Amino acid sequence: MEQTSSGFKQEDTQPKDWAQQLHHATRATREDWFGRGISYLCIGVIILVVASMLWFITSKGIATFTHNHVNVGQFLTGTNWAPDQGKTGALPMIIGSFAVTFAAAIVATPFAVGTAIFMTEIAPKRGRKVLQPVIELLVGIPSVVYGFIGLAVVVPFMRHLVGGSGFGIISATFVLFVMVLPTITTMTVDSLRAVPRFYKEASLALGATRWQTVSRVILRAATPGILTAIIFGMARAFGEALAVQMVIGNAAIMPKNLISPASTLTSQLTTGIGDTIDGTLPNNALWSLALILLLMSLFFNALVRIIAKRGQLSHER
Amino acid sequence: MNAKRKDLLATIIIDVIVATVVGILVFLLAYILISGLPHVSWSFLTGSADSFSGAGGIGVQLFNSFYLLILTMLISIPISLGAGIYLAEYAKDNWRTRLIRSAIEVLSSLPSVVVGLFGFLLFVVKFKIGFSVISGAIALTFFNLPLLTRNIEESLSAVSRSQREAGLSLGLSKWKTEIGIILPVALPGIVTGVVLSAGRVFGEAAALIYTAGQSAPVTNFADWNPMDAASPLNPLRPAETLAVHIWKVNTEGLASNAAQLSAAASAVLIIAVLLFNLFARVLGNYLYRRVTASK
Repeated sequence: MEQTSSGFKQEDTQPKDWAQQLHHATRATREDWFGRGISYLCIGVIILVVASMLWFITSKGIATFTHNHVNVGQFLTGTNWAPDQGKTGALPMIIGSFAVTFAAAIVATPFAVGTAIFMTEIAPKRGRKVLQPVIELLVGIPSVVYGFIGLAVVVPFMRHLVGGSGFGIISATFVLFVMVLPTITTMTVDSLRAVPRFYKEASLALGATRWQTVSRVILRAATPGILTAIIFGMARAFGEALAVQMVIGNAAIMPKNLISPASTLTSQLTTGIGDTIDGTLPNNALWSLALILLLMSLFFNALVRIIAKRGQLSHER
Repeated sequence: MNAKRKDLLATIIIDVIVATVVGILVFLLAYILISGLPHVSWSFLTGSADSFSGAGGIGVQLFNSFYLLILTMLISIPISLGAGIYLAEYAKDNWRTRLIRSAIEVLSSLPSVVVGLFGFLLFVVKFKIGFSVISGAIALTFFNLPLLTRNIEESLSAVSRSQREAGLSLGLSKWKTEIGIILPVALPGIVTGVVLSAGRVFGEAAALIYTAGQSAPVTNFADWNPMDAASPLNPLRPAETLAVHIWKVNTEGLASNAAQLSAAASAVLIIAVLLFNLFARVLGNYLYRRVTASK
């Protein structure tokens, strides 16, 4: 056994065999091949999953346009969504998705940035002890629970406040606001912490107050990071399905105001895809909505990259 | 004085914001626990659901959630471990690695409903497996892989270089070094990440609606043969999880006491997720002490 552990197949003192054995891989080399093989295989699986996901959803999503010959422009700008009657105007859902996404981001950003400033500049100790767990708990609450609370609390509240059914964009905004808050906060905290310490010290040494330092130096320097945080939050809001679907009312009509039932790409997908038959126009049209979701997710991803690159450049200058 | 007053004002506003955020969390937790916990009983936790009469428990759903979680982890941990080792150890800094990293990033940023639809397309439509535990577990794996891989890679990369060099200088292969030296040191971080991701998988519903399905056929809990159709372990049966159940009860509105039922189920779900978070911390700290031999 001792011989094998030294890396050779068998002990042999004949010089000729020694030479031959030197041409063979040692045990360590073979181990490394094995490990390399396994880890390449695993990463290959992930790449395969990503590639097939992009391929399948794209090929399904464009069937509406190639197979059912729906005009892309009409699909994106049409306002009448009744795929079973051949009407595939997806604009109501597209507007619904963008409306809740932007509204949630606009409401959540001041809260997130304020919390992040508190955690990094005002009370770092309490921030770590109290707010860090608060944020982590908010991340941990499953989206169906957010949806349920939206349904049980926010919708009746809105009904009481402004009348109507209570379902609508504003209710969805409320729910999404709480859901994207931890995402934006955590990433903003990271970018505030990354601001070099001497920026802050220089500003304070010049006699600036804390707020002047925060608003004119720290927030400025952290802007690319905060923008990235907001985009991540928007990506989460755009892709959130169940919580939104539970409170928005799911009416595939052009939203006239913020308090009437509307629908988003995700809500239409979750309610519709099980009721349609594979290969028909109503089914294909839903896959096209999924394709829009996919493309938007790629777009958010690209946006984050661009901002990261810009941020790097401005720091180097 | 003006600047000082502004400073004071800003501080007050930020304090109010922080208080609001904390208040929201306290309200959320209090609402769920207060409205849900009184309805949680042993018969609720073990009984089978009846969505028409409204009476009933969440026994099957709870079992399904755990079963799916375990299957998902069994599939996703080995794959993300291998992928994490690749990224931390073997990947060179070139365009190919950058492409792989972007692919993982894209996968992690995809909405979970899209991941679920892909699973639906692949397993239910193409392979005709139908709504089943195994389809659900693989869909959850897709959803879980990127985050777990990144967590494992980060934990492995955080191990100091000298440990790697020590292993290599002893004549160990890279692989042996990684498995025998680096992995044990990185274990606390990895375990924490795994348990946290378990909490996320446990609460996920959007990826499961069209893969694991929305029905929970009553199973025979005396039958533990995975090949039998009525066995709870059968991977080919549809399996509605707790999170999907909450969604379904609320959207279908068939149950007369939907609000009560979902409040109780939400309370159970939240407590489970909280326990996962707590467990992650405790286990991570414990392992860290064991591995680093520090008190």
